Amino acid sequence: MEGDGGSEIKQWCLSQVKGAIDDDVTEADIISAVEFNHSGELLATGDRGGRIVIFQQEQESKTLAHSRGEYNVYSTFQSHEPEFDYLKSLEIEEKINKIRWLPQKNAAHFLLSTNDKTIKLWKISERDKRPEGYNLKEEDGRYKDPTSVTTLRVPVFQPMDLMVEASPRRVYANAHTYHINSISVNSDNETYLSADDLRINLWHLDFTDRSFNIVDIKPTNMEELTEVITASEFHPLQCNTFVYGSSKGSVRLCDMRAAALCDQHSKLFEEPEDPSARSFFSEIISSVSDVKFSHSGRYMMTRDYLTIKIWDLNMESQPVETYQVHEYLRSKLCSLYENDCIFDKFECCWSHDDSEVMTGSYNNFFRMFGRDGQAGVTLEASWESSSPRCPLRPWRVCAGSRRKEDEIGVDCLDFSRKILHTSWHPQDGIIAMATVNNLYIFQEKLN
Amino acid sequence: MAGADGDDSLYPIAVLIDELRNEDVQLRLNSIKKLSTIALALGVERTRTELLPFLTDTIYDEDEVLLALAEQLGNFTMLVGGPEYVHCLLPPLESLATVEETVVRDKAVESLRKISHEHSPVDLEVHFEPLVKRLASGDWFTSRTSACGLFSVCYPRVSSTVKAEIRQHFRNLCSDDTPMVRRAAASKLGEFAKVLELEYVKSDIISLFTALASDEQDSVRLLAVEACVSIATLLPQEDLETLVMPTLRQAAEDKSWRVRYMVADKFSELQKAVGPEITKNDLVPAFQNLLKDCEAEVRAAAANKVKEFCENLPEDSRETIIMTHILPCVKELVSDTNQHVKSALASVIMGLSTILGKDNTIEHLLPLFLAQLKDECPEVRLNIISNLDCVNEVIGIRQLSQSLLPAIVELAEDAKWRVRLAIIEYMPLLAGQLGVEFFDEKLNSLCMAWLVDHVYAIREAATCNLTKLVEKFGAEWAQNTIVPKVLGMANDPNYLHRMTTLFCINALSEACGQEITTKHMLPVVLKMSNDQVANVRFNVAKSLQKIGPVLDSNCLQTEVKPVLEKLAADQDIDVKYFAQEAISVLALA
Repeated sequence: MEGDGGSEIKQWCLSQVKGAIDDDVTEADIISAVEFNHSGELLATGDRGGRIVIFQQEQESKTLAHSRGEYNVYSTFQSHEPEFDYLKSLEIEEKINKIRWLPQKNAAHFLLSTNDKTIKLWKISERDKRPEGYNLKEEDGRYKDPTSVTTLRVPVFQPMDLMVEASPRRVYANAHTYHINSISVNSDNETYLSADDLRINLWHLDFTDRSFNIVDIKPTNMEELTEVITASEFHPLQCNTFVYGSSKGSVRLCDMRAAALCDQHSKLFEEPEDPSARSFFSEIISSVSDVKFSHSGRYMMTRDYLTIKIWDLNMESQPVETYQVHEYLRSKLCSLYENDCIFDKFECCWSHDDSEVMTGSYNNFFRMFGRDGQAGVTLEASWESSSPRCPLRPWRVCAGSRRKEDEIGVDCLDFSRKILHTSWHPQDGIIAMATVNNLYIFQEKLN
Repeated sequence: MAGADGDDSLYPIAVLIDELRNEDVQLRLNSIKKLSTIALALGVERTRTELLPFLTDTIYDEDEVLLALAEQLGNFTMLVGGPEYVHCLLPPLESLATVEETVVRDKAVESLRKISHEHSPVDLEVHFEPLVKRLASGDWFTSRTSACGLFSVCYPRVSSTVKAEIRQHFRNLCSDDTPMVRRAAASKLGEFAKVLELEYVKSDIISLFTALASDEQDSVRLLAVEACVSIATLLPQEDLETLVMPTLRQAAEDKSWRVRYMVADKFSELQKAVGPEITKNDLVPAFQNLLKDCEAEVRAAAANKVKEFCENLPEDSRETIIMTHILPCVKELVSDTNQHVKSALASVIMGLSTILGKDNTIEHLLPLFLAQLKDECPEVRLNIISNLDCVNEVIGIRQLSQSLLPAIVELAEDAKWRVRLAIIEYMPLLAGQLGVEFFDEKLNSLCMAWLVDHVYAIREAATCNLTKLVEKFGAEWAQNTIVPKVLGMANDPNYLHRMTTLFCINALSEACGQEITTKHMLPVVLKMSNDQVANVRFNVAKSLQKIGPVLDSNCLQTEVKPVLEKLAADQDIDVKYFAQEAISVLALA
């Protein structure tokens, strides 16, 4: 590992690549959401075509002692369809913006999926029996002569091949004027929040006809608008606490116990700006693209364009840790602004034990940071340059023209290949991420 | 059993059974709703051995089908062979009690509770109680939440060893990992406490109650408030102070407004449960705090309870408490910043006058009423006006009339038609209390103005209002004050107003009686049969049909009949239709 963070950094191996591997990618196949469920047994992806694909982890096989179970397709269904809002003359894309799993309540699994406007609750359940036996029909559907019925027959359930069904259970619509960017399930297991650019609503899972507005930052005069909500999440343990990040780089923590409307935040996490580093791009690159609580609930991680910041909930004035994701892009902001890449919203995630964090970058690179050391490691999601069960080779991005084998110049980075969506197995060393239309799954190397 | 001719009677049942698995939900639902017919045809034996096993596996169906099934099974005892076999119903209900849909689970629990009474004591221990235990220790929280509702029905009827087990299970569920289960347990705590022996209420329930009331989840703590009412009712007065009050005090000051809201919402029940002494010492200050709470939702809930709380205060100290502790808070609420709070207060504040009596009302409450009558929010003013009767009994409405009138006039002309509609509905009440003179002088013109409102709903309500006024003030008053004005509108250039004349006549003829109708109204109606607007003409026909029964037969023949005959030959198809209808209804053909 060439001194790249010390011996604590673990080694990762490519486990699986899902999706077609060719250059001809249709828009609808681009993955827009990746999310493990609470046990890690299931992994859901959503795409721009409104589809959701769920993968299930196979039981560990005895022959491959050093590999954990692989993920195979469990269920595929169309979650959202394109719609047209006739009142506003607006197309509503079917693109899945976020997927969130509910804690498991019975043998079935439930998830919330959302596009820009409408949130849906899906039930994914298994069926392995079906009823057989009619009175007036043969099993093949031919009708019998009614006069031949001399005794009544009650149908009997017989075993059949396992079938996985996804059925829509609730549709939570018409509550958002702007585009929904986040959904998050409360630890009370009965409510969730949904956030758009200017408002956050609180829903009860059982009721689709009402939601409560808990944050509204819409100014009376839209010309005075200076800040929008970019991400929001509930605290994993305290049911009354949630945070939301803004386009100005601050994160507000609200306590729902204090008042019904949480316009007054109880904490404001904001790092004072360095006046010497101020530029035209300062505000754009400080915009919070993702906010995630640690599993313990003690810390909170925010991702902005160039960094990951980790905040202790008890300290608002500055982050306790800051990790540079791709500092080398600071000199390229102008061209990144011109090709709109500067507005990319990268997600970030915590490892199962909160000891590491991960986020994506360009050129199909992703960055892992151990929380004890400062320097992270840059790895690449590529099926061409990695072989199964071989540890991934770390990359180094450098400015100069002379390179070693494991180095790449800033100018050679491919900005069309980016890893925006990432998820970490909640209990294990398995990570999943989306490159354009492929889902990559990596496993920590077991020793 | 079935011969060659048995087919006819079997056929409909065969269809019902087949439709249990039809692709169309409506047909499945239909079959489930006729489950008793199917069971009857199958007989008790086959119902037990074939139908129930099939139904046990049907849990994949749509919620509405499962809901209907859960309900049906609660009434199935006789169809499986009576109480001796009632336990056969447990397996399907058990599987329904674990589905994710709350309404279905609740219905399954309801049916289980119902059939538990049909179990013999032995069956209860052999079949029912094991089911409760299975649900209580189930892997998924759906089954554990369902178990919470079943403890109280079997506890009184089982042996003391089993009772101990049940208490243990309930304790476990109260400290379950998932908030869903703790919520279910908290909501059944009161019910379970009621069937427990007093010693266990003190030893078990109180500690569970205390734990749930300080749960980390707001949604659990607020349910403990409800349990507080039942528990307080069960305990002897001397134990309340030590066992219940610390928790209740804590809930009233909870950090979460939702918990405080719950306390405010349940305040009257709590007050009754803890009795007068504790009310005086503890609840009065608590109530004051709730009325001053920083969250408007809490203040509104507390404001709603002001009257009930004051009413239930112990008589000996009621007036002092209200005057020194409650009234100052109420005064502040009158000028609250939140209109829901003011409006909640306005809906009950008038009730205080009966409790405080004439002098106090005039001195202390009247200024508040008057302030609320001038409130900027129409809902507040409406709520005051709608409760005028309470004040009327105590001090007479005259005290208020000075301020009342501007308030009414303003509401009567409010830009929102729903506000206008609401005030119209109080007109008969106001008229009755203010008396005919005051009414003629001040309000009559308003009632007439509504007749030409540009919103139909208002014109319609105004018409209806006139009828009620005539019922109150009599036909003579009608003839002198409103009939001339109504008839005057028959010449209005706006045909909608001319139609209003007809609608008023329809409504008033009966109340005014034959003489006024024949002499004053009928000529106008007949004249309008020449109106150039067809809508007016066919409404003439409809009016004639309506007022016909009030007229005498001579008048019908000589005056009404020719006009209807003329209308029946009208060029407009609707006019013809209604004229012919009137002719046949009045038997004039």
